[in-house]
Amino acid sequence: MQTCNHPSVDLTLLEDTLAEYAGVKGSLISILQKTQEIYGYIPIDAVYRISERTGASPAKILGVATFYSQFRFQAVGKYLILLCKGTACYVNGADRILDAVSDELGIGNNETTEDGLFSLSVVACLGCCSLAPVMMINDKTYGSLTPDKARQILRDLRKEAEAQ
Amino acid sequence: MTARIVVGEGSCGLAAGAAAVYDALKEKLAGVDAKLGITGCVGACYLEPIVDVYDGAGALHRCVRVKPEDAGTIAGAVKSGDYASLADIAIQPEDEGFLSKQTRIALRHCGVIDPESIDEYLADDGYQALEKVLKTMTPEQVIEEIKISGLAGRGGAGFPTWFKWNAARQSKGEEKYLICNADEGDPGAFMDRAVIESDPHNLIEGMMIGAYAIGCSEAVVYVRAEYPLAIVRLTEAIKQARERGYLGKNILGTDFSCDIRIKAGAGAFVCGEETALIESLEGNRGMPRLKPPFPAEAGYWHKPSNINNVETWANVSWIINHGGAAFAAMGTENSKGTKVFAVTGKVKRGGLVEIPMGMTLRDVIFGIAGGIRDGRKFKAVQLGGPSGGCIPESLLDTVIDYKSLQATGAIMGSGGMVVMDDSTCMVGIAKFFLDFTTKESCGKCVHCRIGTKRLGEILNRIVSGEGKEGDVELLEELCNTVKAGALCGLGQSAPNPVLTTIRYFRDEYDAHIRDKKCPAKACPALLTYAIDKDKCKGCSACAKKCPVGAISGEVKKPYSIDPAKCIRCGACHNTCRFGAVTVE
Repeated sequence: MQTCNHPSVDLTLLEDTLAEYAGVKGSLISILQKTQEIYGYIPIDAVYRISERTGASPAKILGVATFYSQFRFQAVGKYLILLCKGTACYVNGADRILDAVSDELGIGNNETTEDGLFSLSVVACLGCCSLAPVMMINDKTYGSLTPDKARQILRDLRKEAEAQ
Repeated sequence: MTARIVVGEGSCGLAAGAAAVYDALKEKLAGVDAKLGITGCVGACYLEPIVDVYDGAGALHRCVRVKPEDAGTIAGAVKSGDYASLADIAIQPEDEGFLSKQTRIALRHCGVIDPESIDEYLADDGYQALEKVLKTMTPEQVIEEIKISGLAGRGGAGFPTWFKWNAARQSKGEEKYLICNADEGDPGAFMDRAVIESDPHNLIEGMMIGAYAIGCSEAVVYVRAEYPLAIVRLTEAIKQARERGYLGKNILGTDFSCDIRIKAGAGAFVCGEETALIESLEGNRGMPRLKPPFPAEAGYWHKPSNINNVETWANVSWIINHGGAAFAAMGTENSKGTKVFAVTGKVKRGGLVEIPMGMTLRDVIFGIAGGIRDGRKFKAVQLGGPSGGCIPESLLDTVIDYKSLQATGAIMGSGGMVVMDDSTCMVGIAKFFLDFTTKESCGKCVHCRIGTKRLGEILNRIVSGEGKEGDVELLEELCNTVKAGALCGLGQSAPNPVLTTIRYFRDEYDAHIRDKKCPAKACPALLTYAIDKDKCKGCSACAKKCPVGAISGEVKKPYSIDPAKCIRCGACHNTCRFGAVTVE
């Protein structure tokens, strides 16, 4: 099936996952998680390939994928920032951290910087409430943030990326 | 005996920098006769990174807020035997009270043993309860023991555990499933994460005891995707348990066989509801099913299934080892045993607190967590997350048990306890929770989908200064309709934060609506910024910082703010070094 205006992806990368899960009932979410691990997001071409192999309709697959906050449909930057807005973070000023991060990077929630370095995603709770406010960048958690500290972390990461 | 140095590497510890501390210690301890290891989270998250130093005689010297540069001091103390040299980083007596005032059952190994080592778990009576159950007890006897203990579901609903187990056992069918709900979605609760990260074998042992009692041969742990470390540790623990014969075929040489697999959630609060969780396990959108039939009758793949949450499972092996009566000896008439609370927010000492039921909220918030920090005043404690409510100071002597908390309009919930001071706006917090439930509503039933949306809109109007007379009554009416009409627990309890804040903090709603004022000075749209002419030195710092040019004046003379231009961003207030910018 043809769709337009999206980058094509190498679908052979999906083969191992499909070979392992396609016949296992109830494994659609696991397949989608593996797909996102491979591509960094859920490419629409992959949805059609999963549909062909599992027999689930593209509508069903997208219905499941869009239900869960983990799944993304666009590529994300090198650093994915999960900014926590759970209760403890909210009470401790998460809004000010969000403002600082948005201002520093020039992006809002679910957006990626033009250089493809940072993506920002506001999440419900990272479970590090005693260190609120908190953000997680690529599985590393940063706690007890202040607006200045958050800006500094992003600047350090940018420097790190430029040095590479 | 060789000295042992143990670094707390739970998520909180790691976030506070425990990995760098571990690396520094490894370097400094090279050549020193000492054993370096890790443990999980002891629960005193506010003191992280924590390093426990056991000297040659086995005595504990606990070091807190340790930085990598302290590694030399610790190595020096171990080498010289002069542990008094750790004084600068040693835990203070008032902080020791945070832990010593607790009674630990579910968390008993957390921050004590190495979660990545089955041998350390075994050395602390690990898997003895499973052995006792498999070799000396019938499934009925196990259920009876749990009944005697009075253990009730710790995930929120507080339903008697034995009753669920018994119903699943009595259900007809060969294939039965055991499920652990580790989709800890309540923002502000993290005890389940701590148990899995710090004591994964305890969870496995509890689940295997349940599986034997009910007659399940397959078990699943549904863990939320936001907990990567928990998934890593549990995966490793399952592997170890399988290798040692505590999982898999013919466990401990008996006829009983059962295995566990992990399913990672994909981010949906509603999946904490058991039937939504089952839908998600089956690879579908996590939308709740109509009950009955209950999962005990028709759950996962429509087979009899039993679901309990992590903290509930974490109590099971202790109950078997010590007897149900010992567990029931703690607590109140209607709530037995202990409960873990995640105390966070504006308290001095935040972290995990496990206490016997029957203590008061004041005991926990002031006695253990040290009260409010920064010299501010207690305003409310939020219990039970988005399904719970805000309790005011006048009810702080409420006893912690299922019934007493419910009578306040809040719930025990999963044990999130977010403490707020006078800088938190109660209308704002209600709006915060409604924003959350609106986003997380699965959309299946109209009352929840549309009701939470409309509630959120009214609250938004109030905090934006556009509230109208009658809004509070409208909120109440809508809340009661959503409660009555929603299909699942998420929808039925979503109005609780609104109803409790109206019940206890009606004056704040009225101030927003009638006076267009936010008493907590937290709602930006209702604030007025001005410059106190007597305090202003005319330094012009605020004028330079103002993003919209609303501040004008001459240097060395008092400046002023044009309210028509002001966007209430607060930049001037944060910039002024003389406290001359006032907020009303």
